[in-house]
Amino acid sequence: MNPTEALQKTETRSAKKAFSPRTDIYETDEAIVLRADLPGVDEASLDITLAANRLEIYAAPEPREVQGYNLAHCEYGGGDYERSFVLPDKVDGEKVDAALSNGVLELRLPKKEGAAARRIPVAGGK
Amino acid sequence: MLTHNSVPGAFRNSLYSWSGCGDLDRLRGEVNRLFSAGSAFPALNVWSNDEEAIVKAELPGFEPADIEIALEGRTLNLSGSRELEEVKEGEKLYHRERRTGKFSRSLKLPVGVDADKVTAEFRNGVLSIALPRAAEHKPKKVEVKTS
Repeated sequence: MNPTEALQKTETRSAKKAFSPRTDIYETDEAIVLRADLPGVDEASLDITLAANRLEIYAAPEPREVQGYNLAHCEYGGGDYERSFVLPDKVDGEKVDAALSNGVLELRLPKKEGAAARRIPVAGGK
Repeated sequence: MLTHNSVPGAFRNSLYSWSGCGDLDRLRGEVNRLFSAGSAFPALNVWSNDEEAIVKAELPGFEPADIEIALEGRTLNLSGSRELEEVKEGEKLYHRERRTGKFSRSLKLPVGVDADKVTAEFRNGVLSIALPRAAEHKPKKVEVKTS
């Protein structure tokens, strides 16, 4: 993708109203795990991109309006989901694993081999 | 936003044009969120026509078995719970924004529904409850006769 294309993509996306999904992030020994609430989203409408260390989640769920019905009471609106994260260097972008279940996305971002903190012995001294 | 009780005019034809919620509802939602972070989960949308109403709730991460739907007269009760994965020994939690625990909401329907015909579907974390109007609450056409 050339820079112009990338820019256009960003523009089309931001022109629509987007929600930032609620997300939990935690770290285990092997991976950084991210879980995001994306109600109404299925695999086909979900787009996850990882460029350099920037992870972007974008989802366009099916429209929330119900054809042939009037909206009688409203507490949530329609729109897409969009959120991006900057990943630490220790994440191995090649091995990211994504799973979607009941409207929750789980992303497992394994750490690079040897990224675990290593104690360095100090030589010398008497 | 309804905390407990009524959905005024849930079956009434609406004046909203769909671009999300009406501006006033959105404003009310924002204000409510400022004052009571936990009171209105899940957010509900109600759709209606002459035949039935559809109540929609966003419940990501729930299983159908975690959700209880009960109809008592004209009151629809929705409850359930979601336990988030616990953080184990040696794991570090950076961010917790997702809701956990129990919820319970009820809404009063302004017209009767046929309780035997209520159906519910759960897909991609969205619950849809279809509530057909009771026969006596369906709009009837009145013929005007000339004398």
